[in-house]
Amino acid sequence: MYSHASESLIKQAREIQESELQKFYSRLMKMLQGKELGHDTVDSLQRLHLILSATKYTRTLPLELQKRFVALLSSPAEQHQVLSAAVLRETLPLTGQELNYNQDNLGQLNSHAAGLLLSQAVSRGDLSSLCTQLLRNLESRPSEGPTHSLMHTLPVLNSVLTHSPECLSEDQMTLVSKKLVDWLRYASVMQGVGTSSGGFFTGPRSRQPVPIAELDGSVSGDFFTVLCVGQGFTEDQWMNVYSFSMLRHWLLTYHSSCSTTVDAANRLQLSLSLSHSHSFSNDDRSEVDGSVVSMVSATSSSSRLLPPKERLREKAFQYCQRLIEQSDRKAHKKTDTELQKACLVEAVCILDCVCVEDASLVYRTFPCIKALFGRLSSELSYARVLLPIAQFYLNHGEIAAVDCENVWKVVFGRFPTELFNDPFLAHELLRFLRLNLESIELRVPQYTRYFPNLLKFLAWDSPAMVDDFVDLLPSMVTTGTAVELLHTLLDLPCLSATLVLQHRSTCLPISEPVGRNFVSLDAFRNPSFRGLFLFLLRTEAGSGDTMDRLSTLHELLVEAADWPRVTQCARTVPVLLHVFFNTIVTIADEKLLAHLILVMLERSSLLLNIPAYIKEIHRVFSCHLLRLCKLHPSLVVNQSHELLEFAGSTANVYSKEELFTHVVWVLGEYLSVSCDSRCSVSLITSCFEALEAVLFEITSSAPPTGTVCPAPKVINTLMSALAKLASRSHDLIPRVSLFLSKLRTVTRSGSVAWCSDEEDLVAIVTRGEELWSLLKAPGVAQSVLTPPPHVIAPQWHRDTNEMSAYSYYMRPGIVMQQEEASTHCTIVGSVGSKGFIPTPTLPVECSLGSKCLSVRQHQQQ
Amino acid sequence: MVRCFLIHTVCPVSTLSAGESRVLYSRVFGPDDRVLSERHRELSPEERRLLQKEKVAAVARQVRSAVSLSREASGRLIVETMPGEENLALQDADCGVVRLRAGDPFSEETSALWLGVQSLGFTLVCEPHENLLLAEGTLRNLTRHCLEHLHMLGQGSEVLLKSNRIDVLLSRLLPHGQLLFLNHRFAQSLEKEVAAYMAK
Repeated sequence: MYSHASESLIKQAREIQESELQKFYSRLMKMLQGKELGHDTVDSLQRLHLILSATKYTRTLPLELQKRFVALLSSPAEQHQVLSAAVLRETLPLTGQELNYNQDNLGQLNSHAAGLLLSQAVSRGDLSSLCTQLLRNLESRPSEGPTHSLMHTLPVLNSVLTHSPECLSEDQMTLVSKKLVDWLRYASVMQGVGTSSGGFFTGPRSRQPVPIAELDGSVSGDFFTVLCVGQGFTEDQWMNVYSFSMLRHWLLTYHSSCSTTVDAANRLQLSLSLSHSHSFSNDDRSEVDGSVVSMVSATSSSSRLLPPKERLREKAFQYCQRLIEQSDRKAHKKTDTELQKACLVEAVCILDCVCVEDASLVYRTFPCIKALFGRLSSELSYARVLLPIAQFYLNHGEIAAVDCENVWKVVFGRFPTELFNDPFLAHELLRFLRLNLESIELRVPQYTRYFPNLLKFLAWDSPAMVDDFVDLLPSMVTTGTAVELLHTLLDLPCLSATLVLQHRSTCLPISEPVGRNFVSLDAFRNPSFRGLFLFLLRTEAGSGDTMDRLSTLHELLVEAADWPRVTQCARTVPVLLHVFFNTIVTIADEKLLAHLILVMLERSSLLLNIPAYIKEIHRVFSCHLLRLCKLHPSLVVNQSHELLEFAGSTANVYSKEELFTHVVWVLGEYLSVSCDSRCSVSLITSCFEALEAVLFEITSSAPPTGTVCPAPKVINTLMSALAKLASRSHDLIPRVSLFLSKLRTVTRSGSVAWCSDEEDLVAIVTRGEELWSLLKAPGVAQSVLTPPPHVIAPQWHRDTNEMSAYSYYMRPGIVMQQEEASTHCTIVGSVGSKGFIPTPTLPVECSLGSKCLSVRQHQQQ
Repeated sequence: MVRCFLIHTVCPVSTLSAGESRVLYSRVFGPDDRVLSERHRELSPEERRLLQKEKVAAVARQVRSAVSLSREASGRLIVETMPGEENLALQDADCGVVRLRAGDPFSEETSALWLGVQSLGFTLVCEPHENLLLAEGTLRNLTRHCLEHLHMLGQGSEVLLKSNRIDVLLSRLLPHGQLLFLNHRFAQSLEKEVAAYMAK
């Protein structure tokens, strides 16, 4: 498809020499002077366009040539218009006076020239005057001009409104509203002959006018809509299409802001009386040209009484009701079936829009919306139509006192379950959630229960969905869902794998033998494992935080570890975990946080076996463990049993180095009476003994086969933790000192089995010596290793802003002091502002050696 | 409204660094949103043009990543099709949506609908309230016409040398970025006009 030839063409276009280009320009100039533009000219124009557009640098055409192109814009041949517009789009617009051409010719401004004018508008003034001209064209019946001159008016107008809605005056808005009413509601109901026969009364007598038809072929009995077909169309039927296509945007732009409740009561009365009158009405006709009266209309009205805006609203309402009726017809063409769906979406959105403006319409609209929901809710192929319906229920269900439960069951229950692999539905559903989050949290509080289901979108197509979930996840984190949500996020790669299996399972019939690559597919179909997969695939939360046989599940899914979909999913989990923890600290009490710490410790060894994934999760856990403990230091005493169990296992040094280091650090830092009065001497001693045993073990033998030597930061952290604990219970000091002196003796020989790098070893020994000498003065050691709170968070000033700036300034200073004294171990934290949570750092290790500094940089990422 | 339509590569191009995409056709509709914002008023026309090109390139890059990731995940093999098999190529195309956050690159949040046909991506950037079901249909229709009228399944470079054909297609099927509710009869009548143009 994309060939080398194309690539080299672009290269040539970019690298063309200036002299060559000038020759090309003059050749073109000659060609354009001829009366007829031949093939060669067209070809050259196209090449010129390529030369201009291929580079991001602007090339300037000779003025004469540019003027030629401007003249060519109004050439009768469309090809010339297109080519000149394309060339001019890539050049700079002519300045001031040369622009006059636009004003003179605006009457016959063709679509391509209008597009150029739009794209080169430089001010709101330009757009305003363009609007004025276009509307003047609309006003005068344009029987003389070609059909298209009127047809492109609405799209151009709509394009201007998108960027600059204030371009239209009140009168102009009224004019357009009236015109829209006319085209929407009173377009000809007879088929046009050919595409440009125009006019309502031009049908020659010789030919009997044929009424328009519905999509199923039956004769249409009501007014014309975009779902009507014929052999040809009249101009006003075309305008009907253009009008409906821009209607919603028009209503959103000009109506919502002007909605008032002044005469709401009057309107309510009127609309109630209208909804009861189903009689035919003769005054229902076009206000502007008195066109053909639609003979049959389900909801006819005496809406001429209404001011233009309300009248348009009323007509839009009728139009949408008719579209909804028409969408029930069986279309002959597949593309028309798709169009029916798109029309339903638009119709429901417009109905929602008019109901937002005028609440009295809610009562007239709801029966139809309810019926539509009843008709479509069981058909998955209409899922995307049901989203605007859900929006309608969300916006108006309360006013109309309608039960919405079934809607939410379909939207949050059935859709993610069965349509998790539809990228468009996923995008629209998540956008619906994002845009209405406040309202949903208020009116559909049960929404958070569906998080296991909603996460299927993420598990299936993580790269496309992660952005939405970063926004949505905080709303799903509640004290009730937190624990289950954490487990679910950690098992997201498993869910991803399970969805792949489910997908394959439905694609491959049961009888088909599965390839050798799909061992897990057998497991998926095996009834004895059914429960495991069903738990992952659950729709709602609340059936348990996690499952018993998680490790079995991970074994079954081991082959999924390198499926691209699963690895993509695994890459997004850390991001979401950060969002999760950032949210949870704002809402959780200490009890819940303690529970989450347990989950972290437990799940650190219970993850789907993707090495990079496990490593990343450990990193996230480490970061947030530190943060939680910093926020609530008493958590450490509270959970000391579990933390100790984790830190007391030598195996964790090798398999979960990052997390292990952090657990040891929080134990050393926060297991102290100053953090929690329940912290007893015996607790400190038992912690000390556990850590001492681990440190002894890893520094007395080579690492187990298959693992590497522990990083120096692990050993440093262990030593520091022991020293800190000893400084709080002086009986322990001789034991640390003994260990540290042994360490020095052992390493004197040069190399040890547990540390392969000489520099690392030196760093460790230096560290040990520092701690040793510090512990020689127990009183000093205590105040340095367990500094009182006013040292950790000194509040020299009360002004937060000033002090936070000061703290940054101080930071390097403190670190430097530590290095000088070689003994300081205070936290380099926030100064002056208690609310500020500093980036987790491991200050003890940070102050030492360049290798250890990297730890801190890592943490700060 | 549709903000822009572009055709770009979604496969590695030898002269570009990995992850880059070559934009073969792009059309931004309507006035430039920066013209009307105070912040960019002082920009010169050259700078504005450059900024617009960069925005289009940013969209192309994001879509290119989305297509690669989606293809990697689905593990489907790309079936090469020959000229004449446009419908088959279209059926086989990958599709999806990329959410473009506000400011990245357009001032408002937008949705980029994409269709990946072999080595090329066809992308429609839609404004927030746009009817995406209609946009999706329009994108498929546009793509089919582009494939057919510019013989894009072949080896030629008509997408570069006959881009006026795409301009004409857009002027009918997506005039000034306006998505149209066209039933098959309306569509046929527009297609006749397009065919008449192409025949010249």
